[in-house]
Amino acid sequence: MKVLVGDPGKCTLKHACEAACARVLHKKDDRPHSALRVDPVEGRPRFHVCNQCGECIAICPTGALVRAKSGVVLLKKDKCVACYMCVGFCPSLSMFRAEDALPPFKCISCGNCVKACPEGALALVEQPHDGLPS
Amino acid sequence: MAYDYTKRTDYHADAAAQKAAHRVLKEVTFKPGLPRRGYNDRSLHVDLGALSIEERPITQEMKDKFIGGRGFGLWFLWQAIGPTTKWDDPENALIISPGPLAGNTQYPGSGKSLVVTLSPLTDIPIDSNVGGYFGPLLKFCGFDALEIRGKAERDVILVIDGPKGRIAIEEAPLENVDSHVAAEVFTHQYADDEADRPNVSVVSAGRGAEHARIGCLNFSWYDIRRKAARLKQAGRGGTGTVFRDKKLKALVVHGFPVKGDQNNPADLERIARVGVKMHRELHDLDDLQCHMRRQGTAHLVEIMDAYDLLPVHNFQFGSHPDTPKIDSKVWEARFTQGIPDGCWYGCSMACCKGADEFKIMTGPYKGHVNTVDGPEYETAAGLGANCGIFDRDWLLESTFYCDVYGLDSISFGTLCAFCMECWQRGILNKERTGGLELAFGSGPAQMELMHQIAEGRDFGLIAGQGVMRMKRIFADKGWGDAQLLRDIGMEVKGLEYSQYVSKESLAQQGGFALTNKGPQHDEAWLIFMDMVNKQIPTFEDKAEALFYFPIFRTWFGLNGLCKLPWNDVEPADNASTPEPAKVPEHVRNYCELFAGITGREIDEHELIRMSRGVYNFQRVFNLRMGRGRREHDRPPYRAVGPVTVEEYESRAERYDKQLMEAGVDPTGKSVQEKVGLTRKHREAQYEKLMDAVYKRRGWTADGVPTLETLRELGMDFPELVAVVEKNL
Repeated sequence: MKVLVGDPGKCTLKHACEAACARVLHKKDDRPHSALRVDPVEGRPRFHVCNQCGECIAICPTGALVRAKSGVVLLKKDKCVACYMCVGFCPSLSMFRAEDALPPFKCISCGNCVKACPEGALALVEQPHDGLPS
Repeated sequence: MAYDYTKRTDYHADAAAQKAAHRVLKEVTFKPGLPRRGYNDRSLHVDLGALSIEERPITQEMKDKFIGGRGFGLWFLWQAIGPTTKWDDPENALIISPGPLAGNTQYPGSGKSLVVTLSPLTDIPIDSNVGGYFGPLLKFCGFDALEIRGKAERDVILVIDGPKGRIAIEEAPLENVDSHVAAEVFTHQYADDEADRPNVSVVSAGRGAEHARIGCLNFSWYDIRRKAARLKQAGRGGTGTVFRDKKLKALVVHGFPVKGDQNNPADLERIARVGVKMHRELHDLDDLQCHMRRQGTAHLVEIMDAYDLLPVHNFQFGSHPDTPKIDSKVWEARFTQGIPDGCWYGCSMACCKGADEFKIMTGPYKGHVNTVDGPEYETAAGLGANCGIFDRDWLLESTFYCDVYGLDSISFGTLCAFCMECWQRGILNKERTGGLELAFGSGPAQMELMHQIAEGRDFGLIAGQGVMRMKRIFADKGWGDAQLLRDIGMEVKGLEYSQYVSKESLAQQGGFALTNKGPQHDEAWLIFMDMVNKQIPTFEDKAEALFYFPIFRTWFGLNGLCKLPWNDVEPADNASTPEPAKVPEHVRNYCELFAGITGREIDEHELIRMSRGVYNFQRVFNLRMGRGRREHDRPPYRAVGPVTVEEYESRAERYDKQLMEAGVDPTGKSVQEKVGLTRKHREAQYEKLMDAVYKRRGWTADGVPTLETLRELGMDFPELVAVVEKNL
């Protein structure tokens, strides 16, 4: 599966990735609608982005979170009841919700942020997903 | 050992044929609706005798005074019955109401229904708080409450089908009444397909509720992982007995697919914010605090044992060397882990644990394989330690059958323990029980007693009447000393005690006996504040706690919430707050949740005022039924102090010291004399506690709410004033 990975050494905190992500997911370009957040911590970037670990799959009461054949964890909006347990229980704090959208959202490894980053600080990296929750 | 959570005996093969045998007795169409700001402003009223189905509006005054849930239930019951109504009269009503906050999917513990009826155990109103999907699905079909009156001639079901816009009373002759079967079969009958099954919830009571006064109701929720209808219980007070007396086999609601905003809340963002905060708190702290997600409430077993509070041998003792055989480690290993065990969406406390692939050992389902819901702490303590049974599998067996038969596991545990002590003391013997050897520690004997109760035969016919009536029967037959029976029969107002030893906590003695409905821990649980943390040393302190906590906890029942997420997880800094026992941050969460859904801003003082009105209303209701005064608030002595020499000796050092502190020198006195002196002292202490609590609650010395109190709370309706005036 493809997992989004950030390189703190290259990132200059321009947040172009967040705007690109928000456009793809919500047709907006503000940070609250992005499934990727980059925060400065002691001057260095810290990435909050889904690593596709799948712990949220077992948390979801309705089976709305599933691992696709590609290995990426996806949210089926029609099954979601907006309980946000996945938001609270995400180990990497990378399941998000926005004020004007009922279902939460997460990184789907689409790569639009990778293209948008002027510094080449993001990459989709191929990783095995055997043995991860599904 | 790994257990397969999908493996169980199927019961729905004949579901379609059984449905084909239904005969529609009454059918109406209705317009489904969704609540606005938590309320539909209409309720549903069904009379099974007159075959009537009607809607009624819910007024603003009802919402202001009674809020919802338990409040609506009590108000409807007040109107349905009179002072002389008996539990099995047709006019007795059974009301199920979620509250205005029920059905939100964001805050943990938000799927509760409140059941209210006139209890066959206590002859006063009982309220019971239960999970499962029924209440929220009913609400999202368009009703804030369901009231059922009258009696059917033959077994019927009531179907409320939102998508079809249909409400029907159907004769249902063929289905098995036992709850694990009924929930599965009716779910299959009324869901369109597998994906639709979570949108069906069934309320049922098993065959035990037909013969015993301790019948409970099972509310189902469909577990998509297990593909099974799981059960949660409205346990206390005989709600299931009333249900079967009305010849109800099941209530079935078929609702719409659940979404996160069906309450049409005033401000979803406020709810989502506190909900996510709580989910994170549980993620971070549950493993460090109560382990609710892995063990459920069963985590309490060894804690109670360690503090000498676990009821052992009918509340004689507070601990036992064999407790590790039924402690939380045992249950954690036996419960299937990693499944969202919430009894409503969004409950990240997930305490509704299940023991899968259990092979039934006795009775009509012997050899079947089933998922057993729980046991929870109360069940493990009551069926286990209190009866001296420290065996995991016998506990799973008795837990399974309590639910299946529709028997309250708390009342059954306490009444079985009482019978076993009567056996120990020779009050019962083989001749009197028809051969049943009811020795402490015998799992098979406990199960035989339960099967007899469920089938209404042999000694089970007597035991199923509950502890209060057994005491009278045994004394009338001359089997035992009436005073001893009164002392060791653990009930107040006719309701059996729940499973904590209150002997060493004066505050908890009041917490149990000064309740409206009978001794149930959901009103007040003050043992740790009183005994362990020593936070309420004076009578006034205890009275304040017995004012605040029962009133505060009432609020959960008004709103359709579970108590557990209030203090079975606490913020990391809670201990450093000025009043940690109140968990102030969580109280603020509830104010936020209420405002977010209803649009009405409240603070912690208004929250108490809302509950206090309903709490006092219920007290006046008890008065109306000829109870609710000081004489009805006195506990059996076993709940207050050592009845026997053995009990005294088990804690002799503590009791001797207390006598010294009370100004009585125990030196040279026999144990029997010391038992008597301790009793005199403790009963006097309890009387003083009653004085202090009544004063703080705004009641007379006889426990009657004053007219000033009713006026202050806006509960001075003429009909309430008339009841109070008669009792002043």
